[in-house]
Amino acid sequence: MNARRVASLLSVTLATAGCATTGAPPSDPWEGMNRAVFSFNEAVDRAVLKPVATGYEKVVPEFARNAIDNVFGNIGDAWSAINHLLQAKPQQALEMGLRFSVNTVFGFGGVIDIASEAGLERRTEDFGQTLGRWGLGSGPYVVLPLLGPSTLRDTAALTLDLQAQPAAFFDEPRDRYGIATLQIINTRAKLLSTTRTLDDIALDKYSLVRDGFLARRRNQVYDGNPPEEPETPDNEGTEATERK
Amino acid sequence: MLRKFLAAFALFATSCVALAETTPDAFMMQLATEVIDAVKADKAIQAGDVSRIRTLVDTKIVPHVNLQRMVIKSVGPQWRSASPEQQKRLTEEFKTFLINTYAGALTQVRDQSVKLRPVRAGTNPNEVTIGTDVVSKGEPIQLDYRLEKADTGWKIYDFNVLGLWATDSFRNQFSRELSAGGIDALINRLTEKNKSLAAGNKS
Repeated sequence: MNARRVASLLSVTLATAGCATTGAPPSDPWEGMNRAVFSFNEAVDRAVLKPVATGYEKVVPEFARNAIDNVFGNIGDAWSAINHLLQAKPQQALEMGLRFSVNTVFGFGGVIDIASEAGLERRTEDFGQTLGRWGLGSGPYVVLPLLGPSTLRDTAALTLDLQAQPAAFFDEPRDRYGIATLQIINTRAKLLSTTRTLDDIALDKYSLVRDGFLARRRNQVYDGNPPEEPETPDNEGTEATERK
Repeated sequence: MLRKFLAAFALFATSCVALAETTPDAFMMQLATEVIDAVKADKAIQAGDVSRIRTLVDTKIVPHVNLQRMVIKSVGPQWRSASPEQQKRLTEEFKTFLINTYAGALTQVRDQSVKLRPVRAGTNPNEVTIGTDVVSKGEPIQLDYRLEKADTGWKIYDFNVLGLWATDSFRNQFSRELSAGGIDALINRLTEKNKSLAAGNKS
């Protein structure tokens, strides 16, 4: 991924920074296309990912799954530390850096999450959040093929975020695919019971996933303290056609 | 003589109400802790019995919810064009849907505890937003409630998980059905959804 591609992605994002999405109803100008990609992702999930992750959960003992999860989490902590720094949050950057050091050295390469036991909370940050912190609006909601929900800003940031994934550190394509696959299966397995619940409670799953994702993202950018939104007055809602 | 008696009675009645009144954050903490403790203590629930959680939500939480206000907020302007019969059916189905939603969220509870966030005073003394964090090993999950003052204490009329207000989410989900086939379509869809969950059908 060269600098020019990153720059062009960034400029597209900046251009659409004015269409920042906040609160409800969410701006979803690409809803038609998003729904189509969402259905495709759901089909792939049902056919491939969910069965594999379910099998993984059944076959691999919990302590092994935890160890694998911890290693991936540990590498993620290092990237989070960098992003905290980019967001001018030195205290959190230090804590996340400490997490990474402690877990790598005393946690046998990240296998054991000692830092959490010691009280150092994990505060995940990625480059998309960093851009948001710098003032870039999130842009329209977009569902990426296979990768799932995102926003225009976060998609632009993906270039950098993907470079920070564990798979990127390996040279052999075989190793890369192996690590990336394991990471995907690990994530999917962790989310199995959550997605079961999601299927139960959603009347319109696409809508719920979108709203949940956008709200969560906003929360993450503001580290849990998003600016108060005016409450939608009772008896005033919007029809599907009247989205802002 | 009668006036003195009435005054004394009024004083007595007021003090009774005052005793029943707790601050909204104390009330919410008590309710949230009660529910989470009940979920953690119940072996059947921990084993995955969702119908027990639904019963729990129905008995412990629903009495403290202003159902009418929630359903009106979730349906939007089309509520006014619905007949009283439709409104009654819609409220019934919505209640079951709400119980299923909240119970679904509670199935994720394992060893969490609830922490209160500092209360931000709003402009309206009869409405308040209470923020809590559901804390476990991972990152804390934000869970907020909007409460309104009623005669019998505080009532919940909205809740927020990780930044998403439930009524906003419902409104967006319902709007598809409403624009496709109006109130009746929404009632049918909710009824169908509730039936399939009751039968234990998990898609």
